[in-house]
Amino acid sequence: MQKEMIEARTPPIMTVGALAWIKGNLFNTATNCLVTLVIAYGLFALIPPLIQWAFIEAVWTGESSADCTADGACWAFVNARLDQFIYGFYPPEHTWRVDIFFVQLAVVLAWLMIPAIPGKKYGLVYGLVAMPITSWIVLSGGMLGLTPVDTHDWGGLMVTLVLAMYGMLASLPIGVLLALGRRSEMPVVRTFCTVYIELWRGVPLITVLFMASVMLPLFVPEEIVFDKLIRAMIGMVMFQSAYMAEVVRGGLQAIPKGQQEACDSLGMGYWKSMLLVVLPQAVRMVIPGIVNTFIALFKDTSLVLIIGLFDLLSIVQAGLNDPVWLGTSTEGYIFAALVFWIFCFGMSRYSQSLENKRQEH
Amino acid sequence: MLKALVKLTLPALLLTSAGLQANQAGSTLETVKEKGFLSCGVNTGLPGFSSPDDKGKWSGMDVDFCRGLAAGVLGDANKVKYIPLTAKERFTALQSGEIDVLSRNTTWTLTRDASLGLNFAGVSYYDGQGFMVSKDLGVTSAKQLDGAAVCIQSGTTSELNLADYFRTNGMKYQPVVFDTSDGTAKGFDSGRCDVLTSDQSQLYALRLRLSNPGKAVVLPEVISKEPLGPLVRQGDDQWFNIVKWSLSVMINAEELGVTSANADKMRSSANPSIKRLLGVDGPKGKGMGLNDDWSYQVIKQVGNYSEVFETNVGEGSPLKIERGLNALWSQGGILYAPPVR
Repeated sequence: MQKEMIEARTPPIMTVGALAWIKGNLFNTATNCLVTLVIAYGLFALIPPLIQWAFIEAVWTGESSADCTADGACWAFVNARLDQFIYGFYPPEHTWRVDIFFVQLAVVLAWLMIPAIPGKKYGLVYGLVAMPITSWIVLSGGMLGLTPVDTHDWGGLMVTLVLAMYGMLASLPIGVLLALGRRSEMPVVRTFCTVYIELWRGVPLITVLFMASVMLPLFVPEEIVFDKLIRAMIGMVMFQSAYMAEVVRGGLQAIPKGQQEACDSLGMGYWKSMLLVVLPQAVRMVIPGIVNTFIALFKDTSLVLIIGLFDLLSIVQAGLNDPVWLGTSTEGYIFAALVFWIFCFGMSRYSQSLENKRQEH
Repeated sequence: MLKALVKLTLPALLLTSAGLQANQAGSTLETVKEKGFLSCGVNTGLPGFSSPDDKGKWSGMDVDFCRGLAAGVLGDANKVKYIPLTAKERFTALQSGEIDVLSRNTTWTLTRDASLGLNFAGVSYYDGQGFMVSKDLGVTSAKQLDGAAVCIQSGTTSELNLADYFRTNGMKYQPVVFDTSDGTAKGFDSGRCDVLTSDQSQLYALRLRLSNPGKAVVLPEVISKEPLGPLVRQGDDQWFNIVKWSLSVMINAEELGVTSANADKMRSSANPSIKRLLGVDGPKGKGMGLNDDWSYQVIKQVGNYSEVFETNVGEGSPLKIERGLNALWSQGGILYAPPVR
């Protein structure tokens, strides 16, 4: 008879830890075994050469594509032109103004996004009202002793962010108004909003940009030259507000009618009930949709390259045509894709965390 | 809420009005002189013709032409504002007065000359569609390309020219279509096609994008005529003349051996043609509304045609395009400019 207690033995190694997980998830059936092996082989065949190309054999500095003699990536191209990719043709002695724009944008975003920072209401007002004005003054100058810098010299990441920022800030309020208008009981307002939304949703953004860039100058008298960047910006805002309106309308429809009726019985007027009761619930409900529209807007900014504006993508493309740097297109496009991905992924993660928080409450 | 609305729309209105600029109507020359710079429409990026370097400085043949024009009109080659334009918006930009001259590798055709309200001011580069083949193929003439797979950019005139050429010669081909010229180079490089076709000026640039440029050759055949030149608006003959003669002066300077380096010395030359060219003697700037030394400024600040060609697309550039048709008429090419007198 066993008199002493048997010491606890470690469990069989196939039932705990990484091995068990692998056995239970990757090799539990014959099909899964096959799939796992195929994918593992695929990764094995892809990743080492990729790392070899992108890091080990890559050339990081150089004067021209002739310096990129190794088989690896020619990051020297991106390195040499990084300033241009960020600031475009902005005069080098004034790029600190663009930095101020970036910092302001980052600070306002952090203010609004990080829960620990107080004063969200002021942050929102500042972001919606003051930031567009101060950004424009800092970037285009001509006031407060700042040298004017023509929008024609703007370019790169800065133009992408300018277009995205103004597009987002303007399309959300306009979209909300349009959504409310479409559900209004006033026939003129309702018809106008419906026609507006359906008209803009019915045409592709490229058409809008072409109209703004090619047709508009022919319609207005020759004495008036609209700034091309502003033309594109107005076109994008009008286009995106129509989409935003439909997203918000989806949220409005999901709010039970009782909410509105409760407001009515409390004697709240239309705007009060909308602003205090209906819209906060509706907008919160469609956050994924709104962020989705923002991400689409952010990526759509690169379409301005077809009207000759240098956003991040088109300035990379212009750089590829420098005779000194021919043959570096893969590196250029990877860089542009990476920057776009970082921004879009960031936006989508933030919206996910917002949703999670909403579910906790 | 109304207040908030005003707050939201006010900046938008301010922005709009800030974007409105008064553009003086009237003669282009006066407009250019008044604003103090030349608005020049260029390609958003074409190797050797117009591309921004890492400092944002534009360079290329089309760019140098605008610099020459600015040197003649304003006395300073750097007083140019480059407006990068895509193929689709180039003509509108000129028609609407956004630019003063369009110098953007535009082919001179009857339709464009006759129906756009624009005038071609001459030919700055004689281009033509050509073929690039892999050396391993052992092909020496385009006539031997029967049955070949051809990489080509979609939606270009090259696509139509190619179909015409193969049909007239009774040959078959298999098109491999890409939407960018870079794509065609990548397709050719990876062996998806035996032949790449495009304008010859671009073939040389595309060749440089290959992993091993040495293994590809450009065939001698040119299957289409693509004379590229600057355009101006119709109805302003003075400006038309200025643009036309800025180009002619560059070509004449090459013919007479005047370069940016020796322009000062040449002013005291005994040759009457050179004297007239440099505005020491002869017609000078009269009749065009320009300074007497305008042509001297063009040559001094930018150079003659050969200098512009060699630094941007010729021996002095990575492209290494040969002069070919773009050599002077006296040297086997067809470059010919009317005399300055």
